[in-house]
Amino acid sequence: MKEQNSHTNAKRYGMVIDLDKCTGCGACMVACYSENNVPFKTDETNKLDSINWIRVYKLTNNKPYPDTEICYLPMPCMQCDGIGKHGHSPCVSVCPAVATDYDYDTGIVSQIYTRCFGCRYCMAACPYHARKFNWWDPKWPADTEKYLSPNVSPRMRGVVEKCSFCFHRYQLAREKAYLEKRQKLEEQEYQTACTQACPVGAITFGDLNNKDHAVYKLKNDPRAFRLLERLQTNPKVYYLTSKNWVRRAGDNYLAHEEPGNITKVKEHH
Amino acid sequence: MKIDRRSFLSYTTAVVLGGAAGSMLTPAPWKLMDDISIWTQNWPWTPVPQDGAITYKHSVCTLCPGGCGIDVRLAGGRPIKIEGDKDHPVNKGSLCPRGFSALQYLYGPARVTTPLKREGKRGEGKWQKITWDEALTAVSGKLAELRSNGRPDTVACISGSDQGTIPNLIGRFMTAYGSPNFLCTATAKDAMEQAIYLTQGRQGSPVFDIENADFILSFGAGILEGWGGTGRMLNLYGAGKSAKTLVQIEPRLSDTAARANQWISITPGTETALALGLAHVMVKESLYDRQFIENFAFGFNDWTDDNGTAHKGFATAINDYPPAKVARITGIKEAEIPKLARKFAKAAAPIAVSGRGQGLLPGSIDESLAVLLLNAIAGNINKKGGVSVLSDFDYAKWPEIKIDETASKGMQQPRIDGAGSDDFPNTRYLLNRLPETLVAASGDAPIQALLVTGANPLYTMPDTAAAKKAFDRIPFIASFSPFMDETASYADYILPDHTPLERLQEVPAAVGISRQVISLAKPVVKPVYETHHVGDTFIQIARNLGGFVKSAFPWKDYETFLKATLKDHWRTLNKKGWVEISHDLPEPLNYVFNTASGKFEFYPTARVSGQKTIPPLPAFTPVPIEGDPQRFDLVLMPFDSIRLAGGDVANAPFMTKTVDANVLLHQTSVVEINPATARKLGLKDGDSVKLTTPRGEATVQLYFYDGIMPGLIAMPRGLGHTAYSDYLANKGTNVNQLIGAIADPDSGLNTAWGIRATITRI
Repeated sequence: MKEQNSHTNAKRYGMVIDLDKCTGCGACMVACYSENNVPFKTDETNKLDSINWIRVYKLTNNKPYPDTEICYLPMPCMQCDGIGKHGHSPCVSVCPAVATDYDYDTGIVSQIYTRCFGCRYCMAACPYHARKFNWWDPKWPADTEKYLSPNVSPRMRGVVEKCSFCFHRYQLAREKAYLEKRQKLEEQEYQTACTQACPVGAITFGDLNNKDHAVYKLKNDPRAFRLLERLQTNPKVYYLTSKNWVRRAGDNYLAHEEPGNITKVKEHH
Repeated sequence: MKIDRRSFLSYTTAVVLGGAAGSMLTPAPWKLMDDISIWTQNWPWTPVPQDGAITYKHSVCTLCPGGCGIDVRLAGGRPIKIEGDKDHPVNKGSLCPRGFSALQYLYGPARVTTPLKREGKRGEGKWQKITWDEALTAVSGKLAELRSNGRPDTVACISGSDQGTIPNLIGRFMTAYGSPNFLCTATAKDAMEQAIYLTQGRQGSPVFDIENADFILSFGAGILEGWGGTGRMLNLYGAGKSAKTLVQIEPRLSDTAARANQWISITPGTETALALGLAHVMVKESLYDRQFIENFAFGFNDWTDDNGTAHKGFATAINDYPPAKVARITGIKEAEIPKLARKFAKAAAPIAVSGRGQGLLPGSIDESLAVLLLNAIAGNINKKGGVSVLSDFDYAKWPEIKIDETASKGMQQPRIDGAGSDDFPNTRYLLNRLPETLVAASGDAPIQALLVTGANPLYTMPDTAAAKKAFDRIPFIASFSPFMDETASYADYILPDHTPLERLQEVPAAVGISRQVISLAKPVVKPVYETHHVGDTFIQIARNLGGFVKSAFPWKDYETFLKATLKDHWRTLNKKGWVEISHDLPEPLNYVFNTASGKFEFYPTARVSGQKTIPPLPAFTPVPIEGDPQRFDLVLMPFDSIRLAGGDVANAPFMTKTVDANVLLHQTSVVEINPATARKLGLKDGDSVKLTTPRGEATVQLYFYDGIMPGLIAMPRGLGHTAYSDYLANKGTNVNQLIGAIADPDSGLNTAWGIRATITRI
């Protein structure tokens, strides 16, 4: 191929979640269940076996009444770039079946259910608990099977699943662009279901490499931080908060360390 | 050949090694392993969703009164996803978790798929499938029998709403049939409506123009948790258009309080005192709107009536609420009160709102009135960014009903709930009084047949166990619910309605919105099961009854009725999905109030009526709470969570899935308690305890939450269902069953914000 293709211009899709805005309503979770054919059981209160691609955690500052504060923290898959952003995500490096892989075109970490044989090494390796295992065959009672989306494969017992940044939406947007003979995707053409669903607009999604996308700027906001940044997993999900205690809850700090003053892990390439 | 140890070992080694080497050369093990891995993942019952062209249909969500626009994504005509409609004027694309779960109301194990007739005892769950003809004949027959006995007033109907054409059609049916007993679930809106009526003499929906307010003083209203239409409020919050400042006043750090600029914790039940205290500071420091008070206020200052009797005005009466006293009552720091009053008064567009949580509890008239008057002294009436009244929608006009003598006699009977009587002249519905009236009546039950539509009273009513006992006295209960809810499962007949995505109806806009928005909920799929539109069902029953009842319904079906009702709007609605009618506020100099004085009454003269001796000026009397403080050392308070539906429509499985383990753990409700309170009682985080109130008891688990006032315990509404399906039933405790109703002396509406309780370790 002589003509320049998009491979020379790799994208790194990422997300910025404004924790100052999130009200903890849970719309992102429900929109995700519906978009991605996530199953449901009669008892979902054991969160270790409850399958969520994005889960909203409730944090508190642990101060006694009335100085208590709470903050909600939605956690999808962090789509780690790994040390040096070379795609050595914790999960990808350990999968013996190449069932999870790092896509260099988009930076998205995939999960291929039919390749996965359920060893769950990836779950052990993931420091964010983003991966969930299907201990049982999903059940779709009383015709609920009829609302399943054809764009996402329903899973079976014995495989691991996780957030895909709604990769099928990327594929559909790419197909549309291809038919219209376009190389470039507009920012709004590819958005994840949770981003679109957030009723207060706390989630922003786009290409972290693209200067025209909102996330490009937002990730450098002084309020921005990432979870367990010092592990150098290089997540592509950023959080914004104006509260120091929230930031402190997001990483490991020694008692004398102030989150703002820590030298950021260098992002080199 | 002699086999010694040596040759045995050599042969064995050779066989093992040879075999191993040999098998490596054959493809058998590899093929086998491959087959096994394919087989383990080849489960024929893993569905392969059918593909098809993607299309979108616009509609409106009817799972709550919010009226949010939705886009339904379909694959080959099959609905697969709900999204918010970005163009809809109410929610502008924002949607709550319940809206996103709408497909689980269309399909799901809780649906009633055909008409059912009870077999066995009530609530036993044994049903016989019957045809629609049989079901309609049974209900019509019962109604005809009661009518021919001259007792049409012994039929009551409980409806979830009185807004829109469906409840109005049913209301019309009740009138033509001859029963005054159309009952509706009362909410905070009912109390606000009364406060507005008392001060302004106008009936209509209260409007809180949050869109144009810049300072919201919320007396416990769950601004971000479902109050005032979830989609609308969350959209406003997200767009940063309103609530530059939000001050949240409530005893528990709710999700709204967590996002507010300031959370002020208050002793529950003392909100009225705070509102009057703030008014006191504003009047003392001349921070009120002089122009409004001088031109449009009655009873602000002391006044003398025509008989020469002197009356205290509002400005004098609030002298009883100086900051020091209010601080003592409310538990708020004394210095905080004038500070808050000044911030509120000096904001460019302040607004004060009431209605706890999602506003499911009506609350006291004094409280609604005090908060409304706080708006009034800020000059915030009929103003952009203020409080105004939206007259009832004028499109709902039909040919006048001609009724026969039986119906006329029936309509003259007093209402079963006492609403509109001399005791409660301004109240429209008092569903909470129904159980006691039923139980107290001697002889035949005053209600012989009950029709339930869009409501689930056996779950939502206070002291559900008592309500159930009262319902036992009603010989005939028919439910029109699409779901096997608590009330339907206790009925004798179920005539299932369509679910929201199958049902045609028009939707008047969200409560509190400042303009008239009417949307059209168009069916996105053909009815999945053997259900009938509830409007059609009632038209059919009317036809079966014949005579004047039949002639009150000249329409072929609900759709014809709706088209005839909406007239010119129908085309726009059908094409665009909604019509927006602007809510013109009067010019500031042309305010008209329909009160006795023709002014905005700070001294609501309409409150003095009949035998009642309620002082018209709002005053703080602690909202009573049930239970002996000696026996019950704590106070249990229900709260509303946006992830749990606590009203007439219950949770979808997806919503329950989002609920955290510190709210529900397996089958047990988790109760929030302040760690300091728990330690005093010698209890630990996660302890299983027996929770007892004067009305009931439950086994619950403790969760230490610093964000709750010591001495209080809290649990959400929306758990503890006994019906529906395995995805909802028997999960936690229904908080309503632990709390009884307490009638407001003025309105009769339920004011029970909590109940005394005690916990003991098991």
